[in-house]
Amino acid sequence: MNIQKIIESLSPHERKILPYLKEKNISEICEKSELDKTSVLRALEYLKNKGIVELSFEKKKIIELGVNGALYKKKGLPERRLMNLLDNKKILNMEEAQKQSSLSNEEFKASLGALKKKAIIELKNQKIMLNTNKEEIAKKTLEEQFIEILPTEYESLSPEQLYAIKSLQNRKDIIQIKEEKQATIKITELGKEISNSKIKNENSIEQITPKILKKESLWKGKKFRRYDVTSPVPLINGGKQHFVNQSLDYARKIWTEMGFQEMTGNIIDTGFWVFDALFTPQDHPGREMQDTFFINKKAELPDKKLVNAVRDAHEKGVGGSKGWQYKWDEEVAKKMVLRSHTTNLSAKTLAKLKKEDLPAKFFALGKVLRNETVDWSHGFEFYQTEGIVVDENANFRHLLGYLKQFYTKMGFEKIRFAPAYFPYTEPSVEIHVWHPEKKVWLELGGAGIFRPEISIPLLGKKVPILAWGQGFDRIIMDYYKIKDLRELYKNDLTKLRKMKHWMK
Amino acid sequence: MANINLNKKQFEKEIGKLDEKMKDRIAMLGTPIEKIDANEIQIEVFPNRPDLLSYQGFKRAFLPFLGRVTGLKNYKINKPEKNYKIIVDSSLKNVRPYTACAIVKNLRLDSTKIKELVEIQEKLHITIGRKRKRIAIGLYPLEKIKLPIIYKAVEPDKIKFIPLESNKEMSGLQILQRHSTGKEYAHLLAGKAKFPIFMDADKNILSMPPIINSQLTGRVTEKTKDIFVECSGFDFELLNKCLNIIVTNLADMGGRIYQMEIKYKNKKITPNLMSEKIKISLENTNKLLGLNLNEKQLKQLLEKMGYGYNKGTVEIPSWRMDILHEVDLIEDVAIAYGYENFVPEIPEISTIGQEDLREIIKRKISEILTGLNILEVSNYHLTNKRDQFAKMGLQEKHENFVEIEGSKTDFTILRKNLTHYLLKILSENIDSEYPQRIFETGKVFGKNKEITEEENLAVAISPGNFTEVKQILGYLSKMIGLKIEVEEKEEFPQHFIGGRTTSIKIDNKEIGFIGEIHPKILKNWRIKMPVTIFEIRLKEIFKGLK
Repeated sequence: MNIQKIIESLSPHERKILPYLKEKNISEICEKSELDKTSVLRALEYLKNKGIVELSFEKKKIIELGVNGALYKKKGLPERRLMNLLDNKKILNMEEAQKQSSLSNEEFKASLGALKKKAIIELKNQKIMLNTNKEEIAKKTLEEQFIEILPTEYESLSPEQLYAIKSLQNRKDIIQIKEEKQATIKITELGKEISNSKIKNENSIEQITPKILKKESLWKGKKFRRYDVTSPVPLINGGKQHFVNQSLDYARKIWTEMGFQEMTGNIIDTGFWVFDALFTPQDHPGREMQDTFFINKKAELPDKKLVNAVRDAHEKGVGGSKGWQYKWDEEVAKKMVLRSHTTNLSAKTLAKLKKEDLPAKFFALGKVLRNETVDWSHGFEFYQTEGIVVDENANFRHLLGYLKQFYTKMGFEKIRFAPAYFPYTEPSVEIHVWHPEKKVWLELGGAGIFRPEISIPLLGKKVPILAWGQGFDRIIMDYYKIKDLRELYKNDLTKLRKMKHWMK
Repeated sequence: MANINLNKKQFEKEIGKLDEKMKDRIAMLGTPIEKIDANEIQIEVFPNRPDLLSYQGFKRAFLPFLGRVTGLKNYKINKPEKNYKIIVDSSLKNVRPYTACAIVKNLRLDSTKIKELVEIQEKLHITIGRKRKRIAIGLYPLEKIKLPIIYKAVEPDKIKFIPLESNKEMSGLQILQRHSTGKEYAHLLAGKAKFPIFMDADKNILSMPPIINSQLTGRVTEKTKDIFVECSGFDFELLNKCLNIIVTNLADMGGRIYQMEIKYKNKKITPNLMSEKIKISLENTNKLLGLNLNEKQLKQLLEKMGYGYNKGTVEIPSWRMDILHEVDLIEDVAIAYGYENFVPEIPEISTIGQEDLREIIKRKISEILTGLNILEVSNYHLTNKRDQFAKMGLQEKHENFVEIEGSKTDFTILRKNLTHYLLKILSENIDSEYPQRIFETGKVFGKNKEITEEENLAVAISPGNFTEVKQILGYLSKMIGLKIEVEEKEEFPQHFIGGRTTSIKIDNKEIGFIGEIHPKILKNWRIKMPVTIFEIRLKEIFKGLK
């Protein structure tokens, strides 16, 4: 930028302080330019960005007047007031002295102490006697001299001044010592050149205001002050969806685009729908309080026909199965739990499905709860992405096809399938995705084809049902660069405001 | 989930070098590798395959999978010799009624094998044994036992023997009270008048299942050549399967299996290693897997998984417990075929996608509110009593709520509202930039006569006054096109300031409240900025927009 352009870009504040850059500190620039400190500092910062000054900050101890100090600077120190009184009267009793000097108790005592120390007075029998001559009294004390030069830097003090600090420091609010960042301003060559060049105080336009726009003459032919368009501006924040919900909406879009209908439903459900209808035996370890949240309440089961069909599947098997061969207990099925997977929604959907609805595809995105302690890789609540495909001609390769499509869209490039086990699917499969940075396969969760012990009781006939339900939270962590699962629902507002958007 | 450790040296000597391809094969059998160190390979065994819970069992399944020796493996089984008998007493009826037993002879045990035996017992106990509840397993050195063996139930104080890991004779009760293993499993015998014992012909107690063996007769060592094995429990079929897993494991170590005669009312002979036969249809297999196999290929694949196959009939090894149905075989066909060899395919069937209406409405509400520069937050459904009640100025005893049992954290109830969670967020973010404008939609739970579960919406603004939040409510009402009204009420939630709160209504139905939060509540949360909140039930909005 040439000098002329730089000059045009100077803001009114910058222009104002330009002549005073040689002053030794900021408060003087403030005084001379009649700007407050913040404005001066900001203007200096802009001048620095333009290469006009070099700024360096260092911490310095600064001594300033305290509240009382500011007052005394005008009215005189209390001891001065007492001295003036004594100068006239020479001798006074204490009470009289305090009354006439109109000093507070504290001030009075401090003054006596200070004057006695300097041997200016003597105390005898409750009387104060002046112990010096007029000339001495007329001299300013070290303290008085010191107060007048404040504020000042600690480092530059003379021994006398240090003595004065010591004696004033013990008294209430006369001085205060502060650590302050102090700017040292050095004018650059460019700065000197600009200072020396004639800055026309032309009336360039600052902010364009409606008032200016109203009258053409106010802007026509005028210069617009150049902005420092490259300087950083403060960040702003907007309202937005929670980042987990943003990604859930994306998943919702993937499934609906593939022709899936959404299932929703209760988190609190009976063991019947969460476990029994899914052929999970009643003594399965997953049904213990250790793993699943129970509520001390029972709820009614659905219609008898369905309950009996599920009972048969467990006790003796259906459709050629041997079943689990134990006595199935209706009461256990009535116990209410917080769903440990969203597959209860699939079971309920299947129970309502009619023959003419086939083929049909459903998905769910919902929270599930497990009785876990909480650490970076575990939590008691997380989202699951659930799906079923009910189709006479569905097969294992279709299952892999749907899953591959979903995870590819979620941003995983390499996907593989490995054998797995779940009580409700056969064949079962576990989805693994390749993590290119960690160079490992991550296990995302399970899928399979519902066993006939599930499809026959729920649908009334054997139809292959492709089914899956995988943890969702883990698969979005990488996108948001989150390493600890607890971050997902922590609601740190500063982080939420800065969190990037789901851009898929 | 059970993990087992395979000895790496033994693996490489008897199976092959553990290179990347081998690792891949192990995983593709359905036994994912958990970790590998200098000496051991740790694999995960799924709950349906207890027969894989030992090196021998794994090797038996893995070699055919690699194509080395395929088909059904047969074991020679010897008839019971004289006195190879268990006399089962009727006193066990309500205690632990069944046992399945065997003798395995000519073993040459070493420390590796003993370790494997201990491990398989332990893993079977934990998994199919359901922590010894369903199955307890005992192994005994035969040379210390005089046959026949008696299995019966006896009063606890009449049981006296030195249990393993002890040097003192103890009574049945003392074992449950004082012995570490006894204490761990005491609940399994709690409330029983009699405890089960195995006893030999000399009346020496061998063990008290499902708790512990005797120190004198119940410890297998490297010197042990012949072993007596028993499984006890409640389901004879299950015990047989478990016994088969153990005896075939011992036979794979070089032992010879002998049957025993078990005298219930009727005589039974165990173990029974006869393979079960079930049908498999080539058509069903191809249909379910989306393949086009011929019968020869089907046979080969089944044989790779250790089955026998002949004209549509599959012979199932007697140690497999997971084959309930043809589909279980079909899965094994898929594993033998290799999951990596399936070509994923999306079929051309036409279905119409549809989002749930409530989800659409929730998203629209979210769009409206984020447009007002409000940030969405997301909280747990579980909460704790301190946040839900104490900090909201409520007493737990006057409230109805849904409590969950046995939570491992202090989150022990389901949230009743979103308001307390929004205040919690404001309280945890006092160092974050103001104004703080947040909202949440989500489920809340109640318990009156019935348990209820419904969707709510709450908005909190801080610093914010009544007018500002009422404006937000008004804007929302306009945007969704439903008339939302307010009405001042005598009764209102006590976290609001009286005279600065109203109820919110749709169609004259109350759906929530709006108000400025009382300083006493803000103080509980250590919030130093004024807060105004509304929370409404979305049910009526869903209904209104249908």
